[in-house]
Amino acid sequence: MTATVKQKRRRLGLFRNLSAKIAAIPMIFTTLVVFVGCSIWTITYSFTKSKLLPVKLFTPPVEFQFPISLFNRSEEGFLTWVGFDYQWNGFSKLINTKFLVGFAQYDRLLDATRNARWAESVENILFYGVFSLTFSFTVGFILAALIDQKVRFENAFRSIYLYPFALSFVVTGVVWQWMLSPAGIQDAINQFGAWAHIGFLENLPFKLMASGDTVIFALLLAGLWQGTGFTMVLMLAGMRGIDGEIWKAARVDGIPKWKTYIFVVIPMMRGVFITTLVIAASGIVRLYDLVVVLTAGGPGFASEVPAKYVYDFMFARSNLGQALAASSMMLLTVVIILIPWMYLEYGRKKER
Amino acid sequence: MTKAIVTPRGAKPNRIGPSRIILYSILVVAAVYYLLPLYVMVATSLKDLDQVREGNIFAWPLRAGFDAWIKAWDTACTGLYCEGLKVGFWKSVQITVPSVLVSIAIASINGYALSYWRFRGSEVFFTILIIGSFIPYQVMLYPLVIITRELGIFGTLPGVIFIHSIFGMPILTLLFRNYFAALPVELFKAARVDGAGFWGIFFQIMLPMSIPILVVAIILQVTGIWNDFLFGVIFAGTQNWPMTVQLNNIVNSTQGVKEHNVNMAATILTGLVPLTIYFISGRYFVRGIAAGAVKG
Amino acid sequence: MFNMKSAAVAAAALVASACVAGAEKIEVTHWWTSGGEAAAVGVFADAVNAAGHEWVDGAIAGGGNARPVILSRIAGGDPMGATQLNTGRDAEDLVQAGLMTDLTDLAEAEGWADFIRPSKLLDSCTYEGRIYCVPVNIHSFQWMWLNRGAYATAGVDVPSNWDEFVAAAPALRDAGITPLAVGGESWQISGMSGVFQVALGGLDLYRAINVDKSPEAAASAEMTQVFEAIAAARGMVDDGYVGRVWNDATAMVINGKAGAQIMGDWAQGEFGVAGQTAGDEYDCLPGLGVYPVLDTGGDAFYFPKPNKNVEAMTAAQLEMASLLVSKQVQVDFNLAKGSLPIRGDIDLAAANACMQKGLAILANPENVLPSSEQAFTGDTQGQFEDLWVSFFNDPSISVEDAQARYVEIVANAD
Repeated sequence: MTATVKQKRRRLGLFRNLSAKIAAIPMIFTTLVVFVGCSIWTITYSFTKSKLLPVKLFTPPVEFQFPISLFNRSEEGFLTWVGFDYQWNGFSKLINTKFLVGFAQYDRLLDATRNARWAESVENILFYGVFSLTFSFTVGFILAALIDQKVRFENAFRSIYLYPFALSFVVTGVVWQWMLSPAGIQDAINQFGAWAHIGFLENLPFKLMASGDTVIFALLLAGLWQGTGFTMVLMLAGMRGIDGEIWKAARVDGIPKWKTYIFVVIPMMRGVFITTLVIAASGIVRLYDLVVVLTAGGPGFASEVPAKYVYDFMFARSNLGQALAASSMMLLTVVIILIPWMYLEYGRKKER
Repeated sequence: MTKAIVTPRGAKPNRIGPSRIILYSILVVAAVYYLLPLYVMVATSLKDLDQVREGNIFAWPLRAGFDAWIKAWDTACTGLYCEGLKVGFWKSVQITVPSVLVSIAIASINGYALSYWRFRGSEVFFTILIIGSFIPYQVMLYPLVIITRELGIFGTLPGVIFIHSIFGMPILTLLFRNYFAALPVELFKAARVDGAGFWGIFFQIMLPMSIPILVVAIILQVTGIWNDFLFGVIFAGTQNWPMTVQLNNIVNSTQGVKEHNVNMAATILTGLVPLTIYFISGRYFVRGIAAGAVKG
Repeated sequence: MFNMKSAAVAAAALVASACVAGAEKIEVTHWWTSGGEAAAVGVFADAVNAAGHEWVDGAIAGGGNARPVILSRIAGGDPMGATQLNTGRDAEDLVQAGLMTDLTDLAEAEGWADFIRPSKLLDSCTYEGRIYCVPVNIHSFQWMWLNRGAYATAGVDVPSNWDEFVAAAPALRDAGITPLAVGGESWQISGMSGVFQVALGGLDLYRAINVDKSPEAAASAEMTQVFEAIAAARGMVDDGYVGRVWNDATAMVINGKAGAQIMGDWAQGEFGVAGQTAGDEYDCLPGLGVYPVLDTGGDAFYFPKPNKNVEAMTAAQLEMASLLVSKQVQVDFNLAKGSLPIRGDIDLAAANACMQKGLAILANPENVLPSSEQAFTGDTQGQFEDLWVSFFNDPSISVEDAQARYVEIVANAD
């Protein structure tokens, strides 16, 4: 697009492309009011001592009625100019500073010795995130590559790997909680050991959820069971999108298949990887339902996650200020991770 | 979006050799892992309580019966009501159908506008939208309670439909935007020359061409909304709770002995709708993903 | 335009006045979903329905799920007719925001202050001299429930105090029985720890910490003993407790899979539903058989201010409030729930052995614990809860470290 065209466009102003703008009203509402507005609200109130209900941070004084009070309505219905000065005085009274507590909520949140719970939940989500991304990418890619070898029953395999993705976390949590309880897999293994007279199986412990050291693997087992299939399908779709000529060329050059995958296919699937990363990572950040249903964050806080911390403080602990400080920290983390990526992905394209 | 894309592009298969055997064994082992929980669900739901207590979780029922299913659907209790999951099923339908329609309608128009009718700031909105998809729901939960209260739709079906439309928007918009952007731009230009406007092009050209991505969007939304717990429990109102909430209620309101068979039957029933959709439309799903999400 | 508007107003007025006399749908949210609890709440529902209104049940499994729903609905302008809610500082916020129906006139007319005992039940419903909730029962966490059959199977006597219980634990283990049934929810763990504090540390220790907020008492040897008991309890549980709800743990005791559970008297409703009798199949030890005291927590119902059909709805709310404290309802409800009635002037001949024990303890005001809800903010209590839960679940935390942290929380409590 040349500079002159751009200028022309700008001159046409607000009414150019009007139907598109009208059509985009829901999107504009969502971005401005919900995403931006709610985030601002959350950050603002994280500096207050809100308990169960948000404090009345903005209470307009009775005489101050914005914006009507620029004018006063007389008894006869005439409007009289009141003026800016009055406005300004009213405005300064608008904020109830007595409810503000500065960074107190953040101090408390981030004090790892006094508030080990938050530190632990951050640690947990990092571990879960790194592990689950690594695992689902590796396994997803390998499964996709295997299915891509013109296997028979491809549809059947793919459907089997994908179906857990169609289930609710509540369903996944209920099923895995039972399978991972002592009466589940462990019991089955022990019974089998007793039946087959295999000594070590008879008493083999399989109790991921009983100890704080292993409970995170219980979460991973259930979470990956649900999510890996989706990663695989995305990867498979990416592989199918690659030009067949490349395979032919690789074969002619005598490059082994695995080398072609690693050195040719993977670099070409950058877009797929990014899409998958975005979808998977956004799921990880808001990991909540599964934890609640499967472990309720326990034992202790060994499987506590930030989203649950927020929810608990928001309602169960009636400490809205603390909850909002925690969610602001989540927001900040997300933004810090995303901004460079958004810049690379979308900023770059525009210049093209 | 030709058919060619969905045919395998890997190297030609060898004759059945050791590598093929290894390949299939890996696939089968993986399949067993994925199927195991489903097997446990089905097997347990067909047992009576005695068999659940005696046998291990992998044992196939000696006397199979659908009693647990009937109980889960019809008579399982939460609190004073013993009406099972069926109430929640219909509520889920009432929530899911309009939510899917509204969210897809909005997102497809968004995607279309973002691909062909960019206006100043449109990319900024899109960027915020994508960042928004990462924002943990908890950040927006409380303000959204306030917003829906002010709109007078808190605790109602329109309220929860509103919420689902908002949270479905980022990923669906991304999907549609990428899909439309991949269509040949000549189509659009030709229609412009013919004098077609914003809506004309959308309804006459774009919409008929977007069947594959519509299918993907419908699958994503139906499963996502059907499986939702958090928004249903907060925004739908106590009398409109979807099936997942009722499932959780039934599973957690043990009255006496924990009835694993009824719980498992209830989980299957809750998962049945999205599962059916997946198994029917598996091919479309992959095709749609190829066409939409991946081109990003 | 003018005509339409006035017609609408007239119609609305007509509808409103017609409803004052008529039946109201009262939606009631609560988290009573276990067997005994559902039976008990059924008593309320029957009473409300019999009075000509319609009870619309809004049961939500698990207090953790229920509170967000209840609070967001009140804050979200979609108030229910009545709701179960913990008393204390939470509810205060809602009262302060003017979201709760004032029950003072009704309470004065019926003389609640005369028959509700102990009086602190009504105090916790009072905010700036006005009454905003109805206490419906007295609950105490200070109980241990034991399965007599389990001990018979293991070939040991049924313990009569904590020390005997600890001594009998290995025998139960050998018989394949879990000595102590616990659930994974944090309130269960912290509640149990609170029981240890009173039952093993004694009332003086409890008062010194929970009323006087004394860091010295928190650092005392008695308190060390409490932490040691919790550490001992770690070894008496089974592997499956993570994520378990309380009534599943109770079911373990009922079925003989576990020897005992430390749980509030609401557990008794479960034994009742299972058809078991106190003294025959199960036994109860108030205060772990050491210091038999009762904390008098309890359940209370609040009535959020209606935002439509205000007059008729408020009338219905008051009518319901009056029903909840009435004699017959109190008797039936508490027999089903296993809790103690809030009225001292009713005949509880039908009460079982354990409830009689409770009533006897309650007769002496010395045995009633001051509630720590009034002393510590919800936030400080949350910190205690976090500590108990971490300590119980993580054997790597030593008694010394846990107690040091405990002292710190007490010292910093506001």
